[in-house]
Amino acid sequence: MSLLRLEGIEAAYGAAQALFGVDLAVEEGEVLALMGRNGMGKSTTIRVICRIMKHSRGTVQFDGRDMARIPSHLAAYAGLGLVPEGRRVFARLTVRENLIAAARPGAWDLRKVTGLFPRLAERSSQLAGHLSGGEQQMLAIGRALMTNPRLMLLDEATEGLAPVVRQEIWAALDAVRRDTGLSLLVVDKSLAELGRIADRAVILERGRSVWHGAMADVPGDVANTYLGV
Amino acid sequence: MQREAVLNTLVFLALPAVAVIALVLDEPFAITLATRAAILALAAVGLNLALGLGGLVSLGHAVFFGLGGYAMGILASHAQSYAPLDLGLFVIEGTKSMPVIWLTAVFVSALAALLIGLLALRTAGVYFIMITLAFGQMFYYFNISWPAYGGEDGLSIYVRNSFPGLNTLDPIQFFGLVFAVLAVVLLIMGRIERSPFGLALGTARQNAARAETVGLSPFHLRLVAFVISGAVTGLAGALFADLNRFVSPTMFSWQMSGEFIVFIVLGGIGRLFGPVVGACLFVLLEHLLSGVSEFWLIYLGAILLFVVLFARGGVIGALAGRGAHHG
Repeated sequence: MSLLRLEGIEAAYGAAQALFGVDLAVEEGEVLALMGRNGMGKSTTIRVICRIMKHSRGTVQFDGRDMARIPSHLAAYAGLGLVPEGRRVFARLTVRENLIAAARPGAWDLRKVTGLFPRLAERSSQLAGHLSGGEQQMLAIGRALMTNPRLMLLDEATEGLAPVVRQEIWAALDAVRRDTGLSLLVVDKSLAELGRIADRAVILERGRSVWHGAMADVPGDVANTYLGV
Repeated sequence: MQREAVLNTLVFLALPAVAVIALVLDEPFAITLATRAAILALAAVGLNLALGLGGLVSLGHAVFFGLGGYAMGILASHAQSYAPLDLGLFVIEGTKSMPVIWLTAVFVSALAALLIGLLALRTAGVYFIMITLAFGQMFYYFNISWPAYGGEDGLSIYVRNSFPGLNTLDPIQFFGLVFAVLAVVLLIMGRIERSPFGLALGTARQNAARAETVGLSPFHLRLVAFVISGAVTGLAGALFADLNRFVSPTMFSWQMSGEFIVFIVLGGIGRLFGPVVGACLFVLLEHLLSGVSEFWLIYLGAILLFVVLFARGGVIGALAGRGAHHG
């Protein structure tokens, strides 16, 4: 049984339909890359999975549980950890407070998160809004880990960051995956980086999943047609 | 030690210092003023949890203040008239014991806050303000038209209620009792502010949708904060009624709720000692300016305007620096 399974998901922003039939599955311990050009429904899919947005048709199952009627805060309780697009840390709380506020019992605690991102330990008492973009991203990932998720969803986790910082974040995610077996669903524009970390990929085009398979097997014509590379 | 911590310590010591000096100078009225300031500070400390930490602008906190006051008034009036209160299912004798009255005030206020919060917290912004105001007005007009406990004229209690081991009629002893309650509540509020619950409440104030994505329920966090906040304000209401030995529907008025907000804004929103500074300043200005002019509230309005425009962190913010706190 898949850890997360989406079947025929349709969703809309008011009258504007954004998803027309998204199917995907994430297995336990797997890294799935959700790919597609801008505006193809990747972030909307993440929002539907995390219950920030309601879907109008189809099913979302997490760990065998239908998520349709679950409010977003209980989705996080069920084991979905979101690293939202644009980082979105709690700017007026300190780094430590951001982490503690989200904490739930489990393997990931303050010590382990600051071990993964030593910079967060250095900035512990600093307001999150005063951190650099990269540090805020590390904090957003750390905050998601503090909820001790079974599946972490990263929406454009390295967007707009310097190459060195991107490398640091990808290395940390790789270490998390390797050491803990945490499942990841990753949305990112960098095919090269996704290729290094992801096991499988799903490609979205105009709100539909049009291709899925092993990350290493993305055909050139598919990448060319749907990803513009 | 941070500047704000030093300032907080000074503020904390100022109230008993005023009371002790007044005792030495044999000025019992000044002790009563300090007691009044401490009680109003306690009420605003309660509101500060909802407003400062939770971002809930409640214009109905006088409901809890009034309920606390009437809990005292009703229990004490039945005790002093030796006429039991018949509630149908059971009969209450009434009491003159402060601890029992406090527990009743806290319980009744918390229950009211729970019921009001369950409805009001489904809204936000101006709708939340209007709903809390509407509840306040409901209680106010109900008490005006409730003749059993004095209606519009209020209810007098002839002798201040008792506390084991103290002569509560002695101003300095009653002040000491009120100050001890304020100190304990400030200690608890400080703990709450730094606890995971306080931090979670802060995240819900900053961005509710974002808080939900990390598994926090803003509605439940706010409800808990609103209930604790109401209970503390209710306790202050019981003490206020004991100070004056009188309760009246004005304790439920929207002006009372507005005054609590003024204390918090004056002192510094979201700062632990903000309401204490605000309430002390208010009582001081009320005492000094009301001697100058009967329109003293105009001067207070000008001061409040100045604080809002030029000292957004309140008096504490202006003295300790704006970035020192979550507010």
